[in-house]
Amino acid sequence: MKVEQISIFLENKPGGLSSVTKALRDADINIRALSLADTSDFGILRLIVDNVAKAKEVLNAHGFAVGKTSVVAVEVPDRPGGLYSILEALNEVGINVEYMYAFVERSGENAVIIFRFDSTDAAIELLLKKGFKVLPGNKVYGI
Amino acid sequence: MIYNEEFETLPREALEALQLKRLQQVVSRVYHTVGFYRRSFDKAGVRPDDIRSLDDLKRLPFTVKQDLRDNYPFGLFTVPMTNIVRVHASSGTTGKPTVVGYTKRDIETWAELMARAFSAAGLTKNDVIHNAYGYGLFTGGLGAHYGAEKLGASVIPMSGGSTKKQIMILQDFGPTAICCTPSYLLFLAEAGKEMGVDMKSLKLRVGILGAEPWSEKMREQIETALDITALDIYGLSEIMGPGVAMECIEGREGLHVFEDHFIVEVIDPETGEVLPYGSKGELVFTTITKEAFPLIRYRTKDISRLMPEICKCGRTFVRMERVSGRSDDMLIIRGVNVFPSQIESVLMDIEGLEPHYQLIVDREGSMDTLEIQVEVSEQVFSDEIRQLQKLEKRITKDIKDYLGVTTKVKLVEPKTLQRYEGKAQRVIDKREI
Repeated sequence: MKVEQISIFLENKPGGLSSVTKALRDADINIRALSLADTSDFGILRLIVDNVAKAKEVLNAHGFAVGKTSVVAVEVPDRPGGLYSILEALNEVGINVEYMYAFVERSGENAVIIFRFDSTDAAIELLLKKGFKVLPGNKVYGI
Repeated sequence: MIYNEEFETLPREALEALQLKRLQQVVSRVYHTVGFYRRSFDKAGVRPDDIRSLDDLKRLPFTVKQDLRDNYPFGLFTVPMTNIVRVHASSGTTGKPTVVGYTKRDIETWAELMARAFSAAGLTKNDVIHNAYGYGLFTGGLGAHYGAEKLGASVIPMSGGSTKKQIMILQDFGPTAICCTPSYLLFLAEAGKEMGVDMKSLKLRVGILGAEPWSEKMREQIETALDITALDIYGLSEIMGPGVAMECIEGREGLHVFEDHFIVEVIDPETGEVLPYGSKGELVFTTITKEAFPLIRYRTKDISRLMPEICKCGRTFVRMERVSGRSDDMLIIRGVNVFPSQIESVLMDIEGLEPHYQLIVDREGSMDTLEIQVEVSEQVFSDEIRQLQKLEKRITKDIKDYLGVTTKVKLVEPKTLQRYEGKAQRVIDKREI
């Protein structure tokens, strides 16, 4: 039930982000979701793409440092309290969220939240037990 | 293996007697043939016949690089140009280069010293030597070339540059040894790997590396990347070129100075005072057999120390420790002396970091700042900001602990820092003082 996310190290300088996205476009890779974490000097671009292996290969060939991380995608109804219900369940057992980002599905009815947990397997088990809809990788890559 | 058993294992007493005899001859010769030396000895109040023991050497004045520039190009040669068979010149970073000349016998001596150096690295006439030192005015290429031929080995005169060709020759010609700068060899290892070549399966056995200061950690990295033994060679064009001192494969601890041709001293760079064996300071060389261009007490600016203990290889020559920096690339950051090689050692101690870095010195107000740019390799990359910040903090702390200086670490993208095919320029000094 894990989703593969790739992350790229970027210096904080003009053109960094555009060279990543150009490389992906040239390789016909589609970005499904993204977030950019940044400090004053550097940033980490996190991406969910439709072809993880190819994206990593292409970006490596362009000289980027690319990491692969397992994250968890949870689908929640797009209404008040959706995110809170998940976090409440995680809090009870003391699972920590390292970072997260969200997007709304094309239909507009559901939101998908991407989580990076400190203990991924325990989190998935808990979320499934509590009846949350954890999306498998192939589902997310094809959204 | 010892190339010249007779001289390289001379008992100290006999060696010192030989040095004194040769020193007296050269001092007398330069005094009587070169105006510069006559004036400088007269000014110091010392005459050639005052040199009665090796200890009297310290009465002679130093020669510095500026003296070579002042006498540009041939003013310090002691023989007429008809007797000079070759000139070399060192790259002058500011203005004119410094020019050196060789007689036929000087070239023969140099070839023998390089042959001794290759022997000390365990090479014989059965070896194939890939010479990637630059050929031309720089002494590295031709110096190593003549020595390899003298030894009877097969030389591949590659010179520097054209990386892809270098890799192809390394694969196809199967050299067993390579000569170049350590940073260039690392660059070749990296380039080869990127081309999909298994650099460990090459026939290379030994690297004879020099012309820039490097660290023990860098040695380990080179040895791992190529599965070879990496040895340090020392030389400078003013004294001869490569082959002034060489590390032996048996000891791998310090470089034997070929003392039957050079007298080495270590001085305090500030006061000029001669330091005892074991103390760190600036290396000073006197050439005692060179005909065309002898140098008396030449200040190298290279920082090292001398180890008098007899080495297990059997050579009686004193060893100099790997050069840890240059007194002129020594950075003074808020009063603390910092050598780029010390920073390199700290970086190389951190798992996963690449040996590519750049130091940026600047001044904010009246405060010096030192920024260290380090490439983020995939081994150290994390998708969590705090992990990368932890890495930055670790580097800052290690440098503070080891060198006592506060630095700013900047992580940069892989392969974005300049790669050098010759001597690496690690420092960019933006201070306007």
